[in-house]
Order: sequence, then structure tokens, then C-alpha cells
Amino acid sequence: MSDIRKSLVDIVGERGVSDAPEELWFYSRDPGVLAPHRPDYVVAPQTTEEVQKIVRLANRQKIPVIPMGNGMSLAGLVIPLKGGIVMDMKRMNKILQVNPMARYVVVEGGTSQGALKAYLQKNHPTLRHSIPDAPPATTIAANVSLHGQGRLTNQYGFNSDMVTGLEVVLPTGEICLIGSPSIGPYWISKGPTLPDLSGLFLGWLGCTGIITKVGLKLYPNKKIRDAELFVTDRVDLIPHILYKLTHLEMLEDINVWFQPKPLMFLGNFHITIFFTGDTAEEIEFKRKMIWDTLQEYMDSKDGGFMAIQYMKSVLLEMPGRNIADFADVPKGGGFEYSGPIAPIEHFPQYAAKLVELAAKYNVLYASAARLISGGHAMMFSISFAFNRNDPAMMERVENALDEAMAFALDMGGIPWKPNFKEQKMTLERMEPNARNLLLMIKNNLDPQGIMNPGNWEVNA
Amino acid sequence: MTYVRHIEHENIVHRCFRCGYCRYPSNYSDFNCPSYKAFGWDTFAPGGRMWLTRAWLAGEIETSARFAEIMFSCVACDNCKNQCVFPKFKDFLPDIFQETRAELVGEGRIPPGVRDYFKAIAVNGNPYKLPQSERGAWAAGTGLKPFNNHKYLFYTGCVGSYDEVGQRMAKSVGKMLVDAGLSVGILGSEETCDGNDVRVLGEIGLFTQLAQANVDIFKAKGVREIITLDPHALNTFKKDYPGLGGIFQVRHYSEVLAELIRKKKIKLKTYPAKITYHDPCYLGRHQNIYQAPREILKAVPKAELIEMHRHGPNAFCCGGGGGNFFTDILGTAESSASRVRVREAAETGANILAVSCPNCAKMLSDAVKMEHLEDRMEVLNLAEILERARK
Amino acid sequence: MHQLKFDQKVCASCRSADCLLKCQYMKFSGHKEAHGEMMKIMKGKDSRVLTECMTCYACEEYCTRGNHPFYLISERREEKGMFTAPRPITNQWINMTKMQGKYLVGDVKDKALSCCYIPDLGALGTGEIFKDVASAGVFGAEFMCPAVHTHFARMSVIKERLPVVIENYRKLGVKEVICLHDECYGTLTSIASAYGMEVPFKPVYYLDYVLQRMKELKDKIKPLNITIAYQRSCSNRLIPDKLPVVKKIFQLIGVKAPKRTYQDKNALCCAEILRSISGYKLADDVVKRNIDDMVKVGAEYCVFNCPACQISLSEKVAKRGLKPVHIIDLCKMAIGEKERGTI
Repeated sequence: MSDIRKSLVDIVGERGVSDAPEELWFYSRDPGVLAPHRPDYVVAPQTTEEVQKIVRLANRQKIPVIPMGNGMSLAGLVIPLKGGIVMDMKRMNKILQVNPMARYVVVEGGTSQGALKAYLQKNHPTLRHSIPDAPPATTIAANVSLHGQGRLTNQYGFNSDMVTGLEVVLPTGEICLIGSPSIGPYWISKGPTLPDLSGLFLGWLGCTGIITKVGLKLYPNKKIRDAELFVTDRVDLIPHILYKLTHLEMLEDINVWFQPKPLMFLGNFHITIFFTGDTAEEIEFKRKMIWDTLQEYMDSKDGGFMAIQYMKSVLLEMPGRNIADFADVPKGGGFEYSGPIAPIEHFPQYAAKLVELAAKYNVLYASAARLISGGHAMMFSISFAFNRNDPAMMERVENALDEAMAFALDMGGIPWKPNFKEQKMTLERMEPNARNLLLMIKNNLDPQGIMNPGNWEVNA
Repeated sequence: MTYVRHIEHENIVHRCFRCGYCRYPSNYSDFNCPSYKAFGWDTFAPGGRMWLTRAWLAGEIETSARFAEIMFSCVACDNCKNQCVFPKFKDFLPDIFQETRAELVGEGRIPPGVRDYFKAIAVNGNPYKLPQSERGAWAAGTGLKPFNNHKYLFYTGCVGSYDEVGQRMAKSVGKMLVDAGLSVGILGSEETCDGNDVRVLGEIGLFTQLAQANVDIFKAKGVREIITLDPHALNTFKKDYPGLGGIFQVRHYSEVLAELIRKKKIKLKTYPAKITYHDPCYLGRHQNIYQAPREILKAVPKAELIEMHRHGPNAFCCGGGGGNFFTDILGTAESSASRVRVREAAETGANILAVSCPNCAKMLSDAVKMEHLEDRMEVLNLAEILERARK
Repeated sequence: MHQLKFDQKVCASCRSADCLLKCQYMKFSGHKEAHGEMMKIMKGKDSRVLTECMTCYACEEYCTRGNHPFYLISERREEKGMFTAPRPITNQWINMTKMQGKYLVGDVKDKALSCCYIPDLGALGTGEIFKDVASAGVFGAEFMCPAVHTHFARMSVIKERLPVVIENYRKLGVKEVICLHDECYGTLTSIASAYGMEVPFKPVYYLDYVLQRMKELKDKIKPLNITIAYQRSCSNRLIPDKLPVVKKIFQLIGVKAPKRTYQDKNALCCAEILRSISGYKLADDVVKRNIDDMVKVGAEYCVFNCPACQISLSEKVAKRGLKPVHIIDLCKMAIGEKERGTI
């Protein structure tokens, strides 16, 4: 047995370490199109102290450490690009406390979105968190470390904006509390009014430390959720429609989606509008406001509401169980998307680019944009489906996505959960002083360069 | 992609996204895949198993003890089939895992526990390595007679015939059927293992042999209607035996008892108890029988049925399915299915954990001891509960 | 291409102008105005009817002289490039119902049971009532009557697709097609005849079939003794001669349908198409008046004969204390095949 393996076993026990070919094969890849790379070990800690010991060991031995939730970014963010230790965080899944009056929860980083949802439903039915449309196995820490979005992002911003405090193991092994929990017992603020240190970790994709605990804002869980589905075939109207809808200032979530298959969706852009209420009257009032604000498009015959009674339960599901199947039009087991954050006025250009790329690379497209913070921006997903048994198709998808990101950057968009290639493209365009600041932070926090190397490598 | 090894459904294996819905119940409250819950590696979840199967078919990973452990730790509970979000594809998940195990059996690379299990059944006709002549010994004192043109055959299975806890269930059910005036007989030493778990573990040759032996004797004896003790037997009798020419009317004893209560053939007095019911995978998810056992429990005056958090189609397996009852690949750690399940049962505040499958009865009885819950909770089968209510 | 057979002389000489005067959604000052508008439409001129018509199909019934005012209105709208509902909705329906070779054909011999392209219909056409034909189901866009496109004034789609649908049935070699939806039967009779399309098999109206079967199953019927309100569908307007069949069925299964303000010729639309065309204001008003009327007569159940009406109104009637049920399920209840509680 190697010394490193033995040391790891000493820390987490036999059941917490594997270097068997089966685990190494599996943990070397994610469901996206990027090439796999083998880790040397996979470990699964159960406590912050175990994480700390592993990081200290890795520091001493200069071994890369790649923290992983469920590995669902599709962007290869947990592929150990330079080998090392993949740290599966899912055994750290305790829900530690809920402060119902202050509406926050503190969880261990590996807690899944699904488990938190179920826990709140059972124990605090009037509270909810911003659940993403990713599968329920995805974890809270991974989601905030890549600036994930969820059902409440239109109302309250990125899910990472909802963080109320962090516990982090630094790349050098110190355990560090961030925000109000560093001062007192309450997890009520990730930064303000202090200097906001959470920015050293949120969005860093695990390159500056391992998030072991997350405080997360909770929001009112209204008794009724409902949805309307507005369609138009005029892409130029989308920004205006979105502007009008966000002006209502009463909607839960707004998604715009289009795809050529199945045929009923061909040629139209679909805007799913979610809203909530505690009484039937509140729901009806909001519904009328939505219809009234879009009446002019009905009058001009440019847009209309679909009758959605038969699909409502599917639309309202959280997370949407049919999303993956919906995206998997070629029935080939894969899809991947770029999701640049962009101003909503650029929707038509992005939509045109998506169709152009799909034709150029001979792949099937889908797109679902989500509004962020009431319309300050949108996440525009440029999504291509692929057949996992067709390597040539996977390569075409990879190339199409590269080109999509170059386009997004040209348009002034910024990448969401960029893969290592997209990170490089982004850094190349970044204003040099900002880039240097990034470099300074990364080098100071992670002097040995062990944290998820190959990602956010400023000096590369 | 071309594969170097082959299984029947190899052309769809790549369709798994490994998204992970398969490892949850429908409300995501906890992991509902016993092997993932026990081992905690993604490789031991259905998605991991599926991706590894593909890698193995393609020759990217080799056959190994670890690979076999991963494949044989699946308890065939069918939760993944229920929860997978890909229509049609989902129906084949358990088949794909079974086909992979069958390939491993073909290669002769199986965990020692599985090998011993097959060997014991092949040699002794049961996994306990006990003599065939003792197979019907449990029936003494029940009033059950050897099958002789009875209306029903009461098929016991290996666990009911040989295991102490299983025998308790066989006796109480058998006695109740006789007391209710049913024309029912047993095969005793002429009974053969039903083979359900042998098939699930991938030893199709041995399964076919066992099943054929049963079909032959059932036919020779003129059996038309069968009441099974074990939901595993029920499952294979209904799903696999018809393909071997064995077409019989098969019901689980819980369905029969429910009917007898309905027809007032079993009369019940009050029995005040708080009862929670554990759905066996082969009765619930595999055979879609959720109501009959509950109907029985609800029929007991003064008894209160309290559901566990995970129940019905979302029930968490006892960990004994897919041969794990004997092979014990899941182990007995705190995160093993049976221990997790009895803790969940205790949370309901129930003083009785009702079971309807002899495998579950044994698994959960042992787990109650391991969790030191004996003073709080008794594991009783449906007939035992009825027995108490008859007094 | 098939042309609409519309007798201009008949229309020009009409003294009633009932087609428009009886309309529940447009108001006319009298015969002169209504007749005048119809004349404009006939001559291809602009008319407010072309923008205001809600496509409820009723004028097809109101015209008792055998003409087809509604089809004409739809023809003219399309000629002028007009849309009733928003364009994207119109096109969505055209795309959604396109034939793609994804159809199901059961064990069809002399008879086929048309389940259109509506999954719910398959479940309805089962049990004792349909035991002789349940296995002969056909399903898919290939067998779907294209009548829905009249709502969107896309008669060209009907003219293009209906002959293909008829041909698809013919290729099955059937003598009879049992239509599980008024729209289907109305298309194969009223629309096909209005456009001079030959139908080489006998379309059977499903409620005729149900009535016959219920007579045969008379011994099994336990009168339901309930009070209901019947929601007449728009496509029933294409086959007004079939209206009495419903009443006979109700009688047979012991269902009371007290007289309502909005019934028979005065029936109100389920309003889903109104909502799609003009927004919620008119639709909500129609729904409210309709359900108020059902409640007023003491109905316990709201009985549908169209799955689309049922989807659109079920939740709304349920909120007012009525149980929504399809007429076939009601019959199944009467012969003990469905429990009341499950509806």
C-alpha cells in the first residue's frame, strides 16, 4: 500500500478511500463531452476535520484536491485535470440548523438539493430554498461555488447571493468561518457589513478552498404555485415581453425556451411564467396582471397563452424531473450547454447563433433562458444534445460549445460555470489589473496550487 | 461504440445520464438505494453501475472482485426503475444489471458468498445446506397436510422452510389458512427452491433447473392455485414460470388473508397496538401489491397503522433482496439497509413492525437487535398480528 | 383541391339570418345588419364578423337551410390572411397535429375505433360497453380529424389533410369507423360533405354506439339517480341531429338533467378557444355564467362529451362542487364498472 493511501485510510477509514480501477474510472469523468482524466485517489470525508487533514496531507505532498458534489455541472469542473484526489463531499450531508424566524438554514456542503427540499417540506412547510433545475442529487456547496441559479433567482439573484455564511477549509488547511458566523452564533450575512470575504470562494469552482458548511437564505413558501405559458414566433419581441413581465414585480420565475423537436415546439419561443400565492384570489389577481400586461401581443396576434392544464403538474415540479429526457431528443444519453450571463436585450442574437451553430455542427439544439434578479440579466443556455455512443457527435458538440462561448464573450456576456477552456478564453479578455488581482488572490490562498488545478489558472 | 463483451440490452446502456434520480424516493428525503446508502460511492448507485457496465462492456475496465462486488451488491429492489426519469429506458435498468451479473457468472468471476449460495442450492436444494427431507418439518402442529388435490398449494420457499424466523411466519400463516377452513396443502420435502434470487443473481441455468422442477411437480400434483409465503416466489411464479410452461393462479398470502377477513372467515377482536408496515420490494414495487397487507392491519380493531416516512412505492428495502439475504454483501454497518429501516420504523413510535416477507422478517428482526430496539419494537408478520387479535 | 359547397342563392334569399342573429358572442341590431354582414362575407368583402367571430361553431347549427356559414367565415378569414387566435398558437396546432408516421393501429377488421390523437380517448373506449371494438383502436395524427383548424381559420389544412385521413382509414379496409369524439364524426359527415369529399366507409357516432350497447346491457344498469348538467361541445353543433341521443342515454341510466338557461341551441362554449382568441375577460364571463347556471339547477355532476371541454372545465366545476365526468364514464358507473368515488 502506498504511503498516501495509508495516510488517507488513517484519516477517513477504509470505506472512505478508494483507488480501485472502478472508482478511478468513474470519478475521472462527468456527464458532459470533455475528455476524462484519472484521479489517483477518491476520498469521501464525513467531517470538516477529515477534510482539513486530507488538505494538509495534500499540501505536504503537493497533490491536487478536487472537491466534488454530484459532478453535474456538465462542464468537467470535477474532472481531475492534473490527477490527484477527488473528494466526494456527499457524505457530509447533515442539515445542521434552521432559524425559521430569520429564514436561514445551515447545512453541510454535501447536502443535496433534494434532501433540503424534503427536509423543509416536512419540518418547515412555510419555508423554501431556491431549488435549481439540476437533478436533486446535486449539492448545496457545489451549487453556490459555481454561482448556481434556481427557482427564486428571478426574485432574489444567483443562489450564491443567498449565502448567509460559510465554513471553508482553506487550501493550506485552516478551517475558516466567513461572514456573520465568524463573529457570533448567527448565520445572517455572508459579508455585509464586513469586508465580504465570501467572494474569495463563491464562483471559484473549488480553486480556493473547500466549502464544508453553507448558510443559506430561505424564503416564504406560498401555499399555491401556478404557471402560464406564453408563446410568440417573433424573437424580437422577447426582450420587450420580459421587460413587461418583470415590471409586474410579482413573479416567481421566468424561463424562455425553444427547441425544434418535438414538432409542436417548432418555430415558437415559449415563456414559462411562474407565480405564487396564499389564496386563490391572490393567484387569480396575479394571473390577470400577467394576461393584461401581454394583451397587446394577443391583439396583434403575435403572441398568445397556451392551454396548459394537461402539462401543469410537469411544469410545476421542482426540480423538473422531465428536463433531462426533454433535452435528450436523440435518446443518446447526453446534453451539454454553455450558459452565458447576458443582458436580455441580446436574446434574439443568442437565439440566432444557437440555430446557426446547430446547423453548422449538425447537432440538435435546445435553449432555456432564466431571468436573473428581475431582468438585470439572463442565463441563456446554448444546449446541444448528443449520443454518448457517437464520439464524433460529442466532438461536434464540444466544438459548437467552444464557438458559442467565443460568441458570448464577443457579445459582452460572461460565462456561467465555464469549463477550463472557457475560463482561459475569459481570462484572456479580462482587464489586466482585474486578472492580476485574481492571480494574487489565488497564489496567496493556494501557494502550492493544489486546489482543482487546471481551473482558473491565471498564470497559465 | 463497439463492445468486447455482450449483454442483451447493450445498445441502450449509454443512455444513462447518471443524473441520480434513481437513488432517491420520490420526495428525495434520503437515499433509497440500499447499496449506495451502505457504500457511499457513486459507483454503487444505479447510475454508477450503469456507467461501469458500459466501461466493462467496452473493455475500459476489467472484471475484478470490486466490479463483481458493485454488481452483486444491488438488491434488485426496483427503486431505480421506479425513479429513473427516462421513460421506457427505465424499465430495463434491473434487466441490464441482471444481464451483467449473468455475464459475470458465465465468466466464473463472482463474489465468494454468491458462489457458496449457488453451490448450496445446487447441492442441497436450499442455501442453508440442510437436508431436503427436513423441508416440511416446520409444518408440524399447523394442521397443514401434504398436498393432495387440495384447492390451494401453500408454497413456502427456502426461508420459510428452514430459517427460524421464516418458519415462524410459515407456521402462523399456514395455521391461519387451515383454521379459516381453506383446502390447502404443502409439498414439504417435494418442494424445490423457487429460484427467484438465483435468477436475479444471474445464474440462469440453475434457475431454469429449479423452476422446471417446480413446474413439473406442480403439474404432476395437479396444482392449479398457489398461495406463496414469500413475495420472491410470488414474483418469479408470476413473471418467469409462465415462460416455462408453468401457468398457475398465484397469490400472496396477504391477498388471501385480506379476502378471508372480508368474507368474515377470520374474525377479529380488538388488539390495541401501534403498527407500522414495511413493504417488501417483491410484493410492492415488483408486484404492485400495497393494499392487501394494509387492509389486513386496518381490519384489526383498535390497532393503529402509522406509515413510515418511506412507504408504498417509495419503501426502503430491508437489504435482503437480490440474494443479499444470504450473500450479505451490504454488510451490517450502521448504514446497512436493515438497520436504517428499523430506525425509520422506530421513529414512527410504533411498537410493532409488521412484515409480510420472510426475508424482511429475518433481516429486520436481526437489525432490531443490532439497534437495541427490542424493548421498543417487535417484528411480527401479518398472521402473527391477526393471531393476537383473534384471542 | 376541394372547394366549399356554399349556396349563395340560399344565403342571399334568407329571411332569418339566424346564423348571426342567434350568435351568443356578437350582437346585431336586426335582420338587416346581420344579413348584410353575411352578404359582405359571401362576396369576399371585409366584415366585422371576420374579426369578432369566436369560432364557437354554433352558426352551423343555427343555419337550418343546409348552408355552411361557419366554414365560409373561416375560408374568408384565411383568404384575407387573418388569424383568429395568435399566429404562434395557430401554427403550434398545425405542427403538433402533423402526420409523422407515429400512429398505433390495433386489431382492426371491419370496424375501427377512432381514438383520434387524444390519449384520454383510448382509456374511455374500453370495458363492457366497447368490448367488441376496444381492440380495434387507432390512434395518431394519421387518424385525427383536422376539424380543430377551423377554430384557427385554416381551412387549407383541413382540405389538405382530411382526404389523407379518409384514405388512411380506407387503407385499413374498414366498413365502419366508430368516432369517439363529436369532432371526428362531425368532420366525416358535415365537413366532408360540405367539401364534396367522399367517405368510403360508414362513420358511426360513438353515442349512437353507446346507446345501443346500453340497451343491450340494460340488465346491468343500476339507475344512478343523480342530477347533472351537460356541457355541450362546439363540434356537436356540426351534428345537431345527434343531440337527442344524449338525452336518451341519460334517461336509460337514470340521470336527471334539469332544464338550464344555457343548453341545446343556447349552450355555452367551454371557453378555452375564447380564452385563446381574445383573452380571459370574455372567457371568464362565459365560464362563470355557464357554471352558475349548472349550480342553479342543482347539478351534482358536470357531464362532458368532449375531452377538451373536460380538461378545460374540470378544475373549474370541481371548485364549485360539481364532479366532472365524461359521459362514457357515467355509463360505466351505471353498469357498475366504475365506482362513483373514483370519478
